[in-house]
Amino acid sequence: MFNLLKNEKKRFTSTGLPIPALVALLIICVFTSTQSPQFLTIENFNAIADQAAITLIIACGLTFVILMGSIDLSIQGIIAASAMSVSLLIANDRTNFSLGNGVFIVGIGIGATIGLLAGIAVTLIRIPSFIVTIATWNFGLGIGYMLFGGGQQPGIQDKEFIGLGIETYLGLTKIVWIAIAVAALSFMIQRYTIFGRYAYVIGGSEETALLSGINVKKFRILAFIFSGATSGLAGTLLASKMSIGAVNSGEGLLFLTVSSVVIGGTLLNGGRGGILHSVIGVLIMTTIYIAMILLDVSSFFQKIVQGLVVLIVVVIASWKQRKPLRTVL
Amino acid sequence: MEAKKTSKNGVVTMATRVSINSISKNFGVVQALKNVSLKINDGEVVGLVGENGAGKSTLLKVISGNIHADSGTFAIGDEIKTFSSISDATRSGIAMVYQEQSLLPNMSVAENIFLGIEGDAKKFGMFSPKRIRQKTIDYLNRVSVKVDPKSITENHSFGTRQMIEIAKAIAEYSGKSPILLLDEPTSVLSKSEIETLFTVIGKIKHNTSVVFVSHRLEEVLTISDRVYVMRDGQVVAEIDPKTVSVDELFKLMVGRELSKSYFQEELTNKPIDEKLLEIKNLTGPGFENVVLDLKIGEIVSILGLQDSGRENLGRVIFGALPKSDGRMMLSGKLFNAGSTARAVSNGIGYVPSERKTEGIILAMDVGDNLTIAHPENATNYGFLSPGKIMQLFDKWASQLELKAPSSRTSIKSLSGGNQQKVVLAKWLMDTNLKLLILDTPTRGLDVGAKTEIYRILRELAKKGIGIILLADSLEEGIFMSHRVLTMKDGKVTGEFVSTPENRPERTTLLQGIL
Repeated sequence: MFNLLKNEKKRFTSTGLPIPALVALLIICVFTSTQSPQFLTIENFNAIADQAAITLIIACGLTFVILMGSIDLSIQGIIAASAMSVSLLIANDRTNFSLGNGVFIVGIGIGATIGLLAGIAVTLIRIPSFIVTIATWNFGLGIGYMLFGGGQQPGIQDKEFIGLGIETYLGLTKIVWIAIAVAALSFMIQRYTIFGRYAYVIGGSEETALLSGINVKKFRILAFIFSGATSGLAGTLLASKMSIGAVNSGEGLLFLTVSSVVIGGTLLNGGRGGILHSVIGVLIMTTIYIAMILLDVSSFFQKIVQGLVVLIVVVIASWKQRKPLRTVL
Repeated sequence: MEAKKTSKNGVVTMATRVSINSISKNFGVVQALKNVSLKINDGEVVGLVGENGAGKSTLLKVISGNIHADSGTFAIGDEIKTFSSISDATRSGIAMVYQEQSLLPNMSVAENIFLGIEGDAKKFGMFSPKRIRQKTIDYLNRVSVKVDPKSITENHSFGTRQMIEIAKAIAEYSGKSPILLLDEPTSVLSKSEIETLFTVIGKIKHNTSVVFVSHRLEEVLTISDRVYVMRDGQVVAEIDPKTVSVDELFKLMVGRELSKSYFQEELTNKPIDEKLLEIKNLTGPGFENVVLDLKIGEIVSILGLQDSGRENLGRVIFGALPKSDGRMMLSGKLFNAGSTARAVSNGIGYVPSERKTEGIILAMDVGDNLTIAHPENATNYGFLSPGKIMQLFDKWASQLELKAPSSRTSIKSLSGGNQQKVVLAKWLMDTNLKLLILDTPTRGLDVGAKTEIYRILRELAKKGIGIILLADSLEEGIFMSHRVLTMKDGKVTGEFVSTPENRPERTTLLQGIL
């Protein structure tokens, strides 16, 4: 038994446990709870969960792309396209059309398709993912604006759909449950599928991957598809949450998700980190946001504080991982 | 000249530039240097030989200030030094000319030579292009290189760049007498370039000390005034090159007769007389018109320098590089890998030269690395099973005598030899494996690990797997194979049958390589 535990400890070489990020999260929680009595309440935890859910969904997809050493910046574009499509395809005040829950397939499908395009451009045409996904970001925004076409934003009328963010099940909203399911699924993918293992292999050394006969292009494209799909799902849920279709529903989410993933301890050059890291990273970013509201930080300063905290936490959380980068001859 | 000789009893008859006294260095449990002592005299070429892993590079790094010794003393002239950085060593006149060149490829020759000593080229506080030009030409003349100082460095051949690097080292000590550390300077040079290098060394010798590291023993004996032989982190002999032959030097270096047991000769098999791989007029990046047949259970080794094209040939067969012309047949069927994935599914495996960046994923554990190429062996209904990975580890650990505590040990903590066994195992677990291509698989391994890799290769051949071995040394190529091919400038220059009774001559092979 002792041996097994010892082995389990050694197991986490590349996936590891997000201990530094966890410590940072605890410090933030302890600090906030001493300053605000409201922090340690069920209502507040529910608020954090609600706030974190959509960020977490996107972060799960993004994690695989970053693990492979690429980046996906198209998040807000995909959200625009999927949120607009979904709001026009479900019962709304602008079109006489309702797909019901079928809109989930549409939202996720749009995201997956844009992800597929990005993946093809990155792997087959060999354009850096940074540029490709800036392009697909705008591409998605463009689709959103095209569907919007000016005038009034479509108001969603499907009660069940709007209820996803309001109705609770075992104390948590359905959106939160969806996020938990996505995170659990992503963790299983990371841990028990060849795709998940290969994300680390490709991020660790693409050369080794190629010379081991791994179809690197295929797995990279899959990662972009998955990342796009999670953004598409996020767009769908944002439409539900806002009960309107808005092109700018995803605003600010790129910063939030990328910093969450990095804060969690997933390295931007790939090969290290994972879903658990991203979960903690998302919780840190969300807790900071909620804490600032509780502590009455002026909205003018909120962004500055957020930016600073990201820097500080990244330094603390990945101090050890970045050691080789600091050691210069 | 006669004043430069060191007599047999070690009495030095001329001024000592550098003296090192019982230096030791440990890396974790590995003792890289054990009580090493040596001297470098003024105007002397000191040869340093030893197998890969004998400690030559570590010793050079200690002298050049790259790493600290754990114990021992180090003196320049009479002054005891403790170098804390390269710049300290540089100030004392020690310059390392690296195997991987340190010139900036995108800058001009003159800019490279004056890198770090830009002050020398100033006039009234401003750069004087004329002065840089003149000085550069002057330095280049000293190493007999005629290139335009303004030309971009990367456009010159490897040999020329090496000379520029030496010129750069001399430039840093204009007026003083430097100590040049040349780490395997000839390993990628052509025959004429080597001759030029030797001429240059002879020319600058009057005020320069040179440490010459190489595993080409003929060269070391030609150029050196004195030779130190290293083995397992120790200096085991100091010899006079005039009195020792290549064979004697080799015995000193490996510490045993060129014995049958080192290359596991008693395990030699007889290949089955059936063609496994047929290559006709294969042309690809860096090589052309290669013809090569491989029988079932045959080991063919290919010898050649870095730019001989043998590495790319291996990669084209494995589908990691595209072929431009020619035909390949695998087990009688037309075959063109095109991608590594297809090569692997056709039963081909590849062990790259750069183990740490191309063979394994350092950040992952042994089990993960073991199952990289054939993860299907570790799945249940398509999902990876930690239990199966452990079983695979147990199986291969016992078959290959892999020393690792468990499949969950980080591969980083394993020795080079054990890491290489993991790389081999990832291919061996393919029950369909037919052909294994190995690019210098024993490079950087210690003697014991090498023997074990040789044993594994012999056993694979016995099982009917065809092996293409890009050998790390002449001896490895000669003794490990049924046939030896030599390559030079992208062409096959010779083919020799090698049996325990009739091995090809070193000199004959060298003719095909150089």
